[in-house]
Amino acid sequence: MAETLLKVAGLQAWYGESHILHGVDFEIRRGELVTLLGRNGAGKTTTLRSIMGILGKRTGSIAFDSKETIGMSSDHIARLGIAYCPEERGIFSSLNVDENLRLPPIVKPGGLSIEEIYRLFPNLLERRYSQGTKLSGGEQQMLAIGRILRTGADLLLLDEPTEGLAPVIVQRIGEIIRQLKSRGFTILLVEQNFHFAATVADRHYVMEDGHVVDMVASSDVQQSIGKLQTYLGV
Amino acid sequence: MFELLGIPPQALFGQLLLGLINGAFYAMLSLGLAVIFGMLNVINFTHGAQYMMGAFAAWLLLGILGIPFWVSLVVAPVIVGLFGIVLEKVLLKRIYHLDHLYGFLLTFGLALVIEGLFQWKWGSSGAPYPNPIPGGFNLGFMFLPTYRAFVVVAALVICLATWYGIERTRLGAYLRAATENPTLVRAFGINVPRLITLTYGLGVGLAALAGVLAAPIQQVSALMGVNLVLVVFAVVVIGGMGSIMGSIVTGFGLGLIEGLTKVFYPPASNTVIFVVMALVLLIKPAGLFGQTK
Amino acid sequence: MTTQRVGYALLIVLALVAPTFAYPVFLMKALCFALFACAFNLLLGYAGLMSFGHAMFFGMAGYFYGHVVKAWDMAPELGLLAGVAGAALLGLVTGALAIRRQGIYFAMITLAFAQMVYFFCIQAPFTGGEDGLQGIPRKALLGGLIPIKDDKVLYYVVLAIFLFGYATIYRVIYSPFGQVLKAIRDNEQRALSLGYEADRYKLLAFVLSAGLAGLAGATKAMVQQFATLTDVAASTSGEVVLMALVGGLGTIIGPVVGAFIIITMQNYLAATGEFVLVIQGAIFVVIVLAFRKGVVGELAEWWKRRRAG
Ligand SMILES: Nc1ncnc2c1ncn2[C@@H]1O[C@H](COP(=O)(O)OP(=O)(O)OP(=O)(O)O)[C@@H](O)[C@H]1O
Ligand SMILES: [Mg+2]
Repeated sequence: MAETLLKVAGLQAWYGESHILHGVDFEIRRGELVTLLGRNGAGKTTTLRSIMGILGKRTGSIAFDSKETIGMSSDHIARLGIAYCPEERGIFSSLNVDENLRLPPIVKPGGLSIEEIYRLFPNLLERRYSQGTKLSGGEQQMLAIGRILRTGADLLLLDEPTEGLAPVIVQRIGEIIRQLKSRGFTILLVEQNFHFAATVADRHYVMEDGHVVDMVASSDVQQSIGKLQTYLGV
Repeated sequence: MFELLGIPPQALFGQLLLGLINGAFYAMLSLGLAVIFGMLNVINFTHGAQYMMGAFAAWLLLGILGIPFWVSLVVAPVIVGLFGIVLEKVLLKRIYHLDHLYGFLLTFGLALVIEGLFQWKWGSSGAPYPNPIPGGFNLGFMFLPTYRAFVVVAALVICLATWYGIERTRLGAYLRAATENPTLVRAFGINVPRLITLTYGLGVGLAALAGVLAAPIQQVSALMGVNLVLVVFAVVVIGGMGSIMGSIVTGFGLGLIEGLTKVFYPPASNTVIFVVMALVLLIKPAGLFGQTK
Repeated sequence: MTTQRVGYALLIVLALVAPTFAYPVFLMKALCFALFACAFNLLLGYAGLMSFGHAMFFGMAGYFYGHVVKAWDMAPELGLLAGVAGAALLGLVTGALAIRRQGIYFAMITLAFAQMVYFFCIQAPFTGGEDGLQGIPRKALLGGLIPIKDDKVLYYVVLAIFLFGYATIYRVIYSPFGQVLKAIRDNEQRALSLGYEADRYKLLAFVLSAGLAGLAGATKAMVQQFATLTDVAASTSGEVVLMALVGGLGTIIGPVVGAFIIITMQNYLAATGEFVLVIQGAIFVVIVLAFRKGVVGELAEWWKRRRAG
């Protein structure tokens, strides 16, 4: 069994005064694709932001590749090899597509080359000199995923990459995520749509009110479907 | 020889040249202000004082160490830029989380301190800086002093280089991205606090460079930046701070308008930029090239 | 509430006997600046608008006063009235343009307009240019009833003017109009959605503030018998910001305290020349970095903590 790449233990986090995460525990092994499921407001995004170090106050432990990162600044954490694709996508309007793609600096060898990324997302190549925010929602999502593939990061944090997209595009993103996994990326995927999640992931953690309340392996999803539906309120 | 509305061409072109030179300074200074504001969210009131420090640095380098103008053109902005970096690290970085007004007040206070100290040490009457390239060309319709022509060209080159650096280079892409969303840029592994410090240093260096260029034209004096920075604020309001090219065009354009006013209605030449500002506020409140922010 | 009343009563008694132990001219100058700072603070502290050009109202009103009383040889009351009206009108024009932008742009725009007024004053014939208007006569008030040649008598007139201005501001702040202003300051979008036309409120506040600054400026011209470029200069705009900041923004008495502190300081430091500016600048820096609540704000905080614990 592969080594543990990310181990989160007793993670608590705050937005200003409001206490959002109350002790989150989970771990991901190298090469795994794990999802965080949970209802709106369960704390999934907050967990990713905490891992990335972009939240004011957090306590507990987040060990990446056996290094404790809880006290580090987010640029430092990123340079260890974690890359983040935010829920709101964060495409820069003052940068064109190509500049957006090249923005995150390379932190380690082993990332995809620009050519490979454009091969993965041919739409982006066509629109390479357009303003980043002039792309369609699906294209922006591809750009947001594409730009973190170049950096050589081992762990990708993807926050709801299928949110609000047409079924064909969701399918396309599913393919790409599987492809990335087969290339050896470790992926933590936040999803609400567990039908989608079940097709790509190895395991699922379920979050509720700032805790991880359950873990389901993909092979058990069929048996656990009733339980998952209650968790997710669908 | 032709005449325009009864204005002799020597006077017209002379004033246009002066306007172009003033415009060059407006452009360089408003450019720095806009870049600093984008990254730091601070309107740098110290800009005028830093312009003055550039001129003083050149003057002192020449007077004390005999360092010629051409060397000062590089060295003086570096010195003043480093001073800016210290200011940022020691003072400015403490107020980024506050309302913009505090940055304005802090840098206003700093300007008073700096200008007061220079005035105390060197008085306010001013000292001349020798013209590094005396002479000029007779163009037939006017006499063009070489140094003044050089200033206009140099300012254009500096402005365009700044534009290129921001719009076309990797560092520029970092700057633009961090202006939009510093948190995300930092989460990509870029040391944004250092980028902010660097930006301030560069903006201040640009102001100082303008000061060095101004030294042979104007008297080098402690208060040479006081009124200038106020006019530049109006320039910035007129142009809006959204666009680099916008700042450059607005700066030069307003300089020319000022020059023309001096020809056709001299009493209004001091105030014409403010009148333009009032008109722009009426017609396009966000500024000619601005987005509302 | 009662502590506040006692406080005000003590202050008024202090103000009434002050000329027995302090120079009336100094006191009058400080009162003029105190009113000026209160007018400025009405705008920043209660409407959230920082004007960096308030000297244009203060200084222009001085010229208006001087012109009416000296060149037109009219009564000082009319001079004061001209100062207030002129400043309010100037406020209406510049304010209508400045409120089209917010935050830091508002500050820059007001600063730029003030600079325009300054350049205008250098050239306009009626201001006397670099020399200013000198020797404005101190004519008796109320058709000869109150002779103001005597500094001590004039002091009480100035005190009355100050109290009138202060009471006006107090009334405004605690009126429904003041409540709306505060709502706009705290959340303009919300106030708009509640149906308040934020811009009209802001403009009215601006005009009020300009008019009161004008009252202060005209009164200063009456006291000092001159009006000069200094009072329209950007440095004066900065000074009034400093006074309000030192005393405490958004506290009603703060600017008065700030004005007295700064004027006293200037009196002591006048001999050191440029160092007045250096020290004022340093105070700006220190206050912005460490004491953003100002003297009155910090004292109130301290008092609250002491009572609580
Ligand atoms: N910037 C913020 N300030 C204060 N509270 C916040 C902030 N962002 C999120 N919250 C709160 O934190 C809680 C968790 O939010 P989070 O964004 O982590 O949820 P989520 O699981 O990602 O939900 P969704 O599926 O809707 O994206 C919510 O109750 C939310 O209201
Ligand atoms: Mg979320």
